[in-house]
Amino acid sequence: MVVCRSSMQNLWPSRQAASDPQRFIADHVLDIPKSGIRDFFEVVQTMTDVISLGIGEPDFVTPWRIREAAIFAMEKGKTGYTSNLGLPRLRSAIIQYLSSRFDVFYDAHREVLVSVGVSEALDLALRAILNPGDEVIFHEPSYVSYNPSITLAGGRAISVQTEAQHDFRLLPHTLEAKITPRTKALLLSFPTNPTGGIMTGEDLQPIADLCIQHDLLVLSDEIYSELVYNGTKHVSIASLPGMKERTVLLNGCSKSFAMTGFRVGYACAPAAIIEAMMKIHQYAIMCASVLSQEAAIEALEHCSKEVAAMRSDYERRRNFIVTRFNEMGLSCHSPKGAFYVFPYVGSTGLTSKQFSFGLLESQKVAVVPGDAFGGSGEGFVRCCFATSFEKLREATDRIEAFLRSRPAGTPIAPSSPVAPTTN
Amino acid sequence: MDPLLELLHQNSKLSSAELGKLLNLSAAQVEAKIASYEEAGVILAYQAVIDAERTDPDAVTAYIEVRITPERGGGFDRLAERIARFDEVKSCWLMSGGYDLAIIVEGNHLREIARFVSDKLSTVEGVISTATRFRLKTYKQNGVLLTPPVAIDRLPVTP
Repeated sequence: MVVCRSSMQNLWPSRQAASDPQRFIADHVLDIPKSGIRDFFEVVQTMTDVISLGIGEPDFVTPWRIREAAIFAMEKGKTGYTSNLGLPRLRSAIIQYLSSRFDVFYDAHREVLVSVGVSEALDLALRAILNPGDEVIFHEPSYVSYNPSITLAGGRAISVQTEAQHDFRLLPHTLEAKITPRTKALLLSFPTNPTGGIMTGEDLQPIADLCIQHDLLVLSDEIYSELVYNGTKHVSIASLPGMKERTVLLNGCSKSFAMTGFRVGYACAPAAIIEAMMKIHQYAIMCASVLSQEAAIEALEHCSKEVAAMRSDYERRRNFIVTRFNEMGLSCHSPKGAFYVFPYVGSTGLTSKQFSFGLLESQKVAVVPGDAFGGSGEGFVRCCFATSFEKLREATDRIEAFLRSRPAGTPIAPSSPVAPTTN
Repeated sequence: MDPLLELLHQNSKLSSAELGKLLNLSAAQVEAKIASYEEAGVILAYQAVIDAERTDPDAVTAYIEVRITPERGGGFDRLAERIARFDEVKSCWLMSGGYDLAIIVEGNHLREIARFVSDKLSTVEGVISTATRFRLKTYKQNGVLLTPPVAIDRLPVTP
């Protein structure tokens, strides 16, 4: 028996030949475009000796004491399922850590859920809250998953632009312009991948006021919260008055503790929301890996020193790469958080993609074209400075050589949207 | 510790310009700070960390525990400094516990160290006893692992 939905009839035969397995794939999945990073990744993978500034993870190996905790757990035979919400001791460690670092206070029994990376926690939150057609506002340039995750959860992804001239902060009037009666939630991610933008308490207050005024839920992805520079401290929107009850705080161990492959994330939210997320989590995932959870306890309880050491290392590399880019004529704002710089390359007359592919071909340096992070990323490239100093030095020298090698008549235009900033 | 000293401690080959870029200082400022640290004796020397097992596979390193008699007025200092002056002695520390000085002695072969201990060290007035232990293998030196961790294949581009 063949069931033919009307939407599929419309697509026939342009999208699917009779034998094409694609015909089995759901429309809303077919409609999700391929990640802009994928094409680039495939080209990079065919090349050797590439210095990659395209990686979105720490270059540090997970601190030994964390790895050792995972080994110890395995030796002790801790290899079973855990509670759906996560190991009770890990949940306690999470609330302790959050209260001491970011002044947000949660109940370990009812308001915390451990997930497989923050990505899962975000997906759970979106699926738990969205009715079809509900709108979620997110700021661009942004991490590549937000837009498709909202769409896959049945929502409508509404982007609001952030700009280099405002240090990629989210401005209240630009947010307000996007709010409609269908707006259900605001997805925040500060410090931001790919821009390194942060929001201070003063920046967040008017955003919080708008959320209260329009009764919006905030999904706050704070995965880079430990990586904030210039001696400042990350402020969680959940710590502002009246916000905890309308915030799903998302965080994890990947970036702070260099634990990307462990896949440990967590969500903290009002009990009813955690309960709803848990329903999906228990049927889809069951629980995060117990070994990773054991490692995460060690990280959260005992690794502030290691985190501080990594942070100061990143900060120095940031200083270096920002100075180098501005020195060679690519205007680059100094990110206050995360581990990416987002220099403006539009002044070369090239698009983000042309610049990235040209640089890769001629100098074997991989940077990620800014348009992969949304339309407003066009003209920029993302460079990760979680890379050894020696590689950063070599990569920036090669980028400079690439700029010099460009044919005459394509000088770097003096005008650019970013005023060079000091670190 | 001053971040400048931390960086130099990790890699003293960085140029002043590079150090400046890492620390948001000018090259001239970096040079002035380094000069003042050198003058104050905070920076004592710049050295390479060498895997001696590759350059001199027969060389011998001994860790020697030395008991000495403290002196009125000077404690252990005069004797310790006297022992530390020998070229063979690469490091010398005053220790708490069952002995007084721990010294690291390097030599081209076992006999050389034996001769140093019997002819020089033990005969110093005030040295009560020595206990010599030979190094068998080095795993980590000056914070550097001798078998570097296996390079981890990371995906070249990730979101």
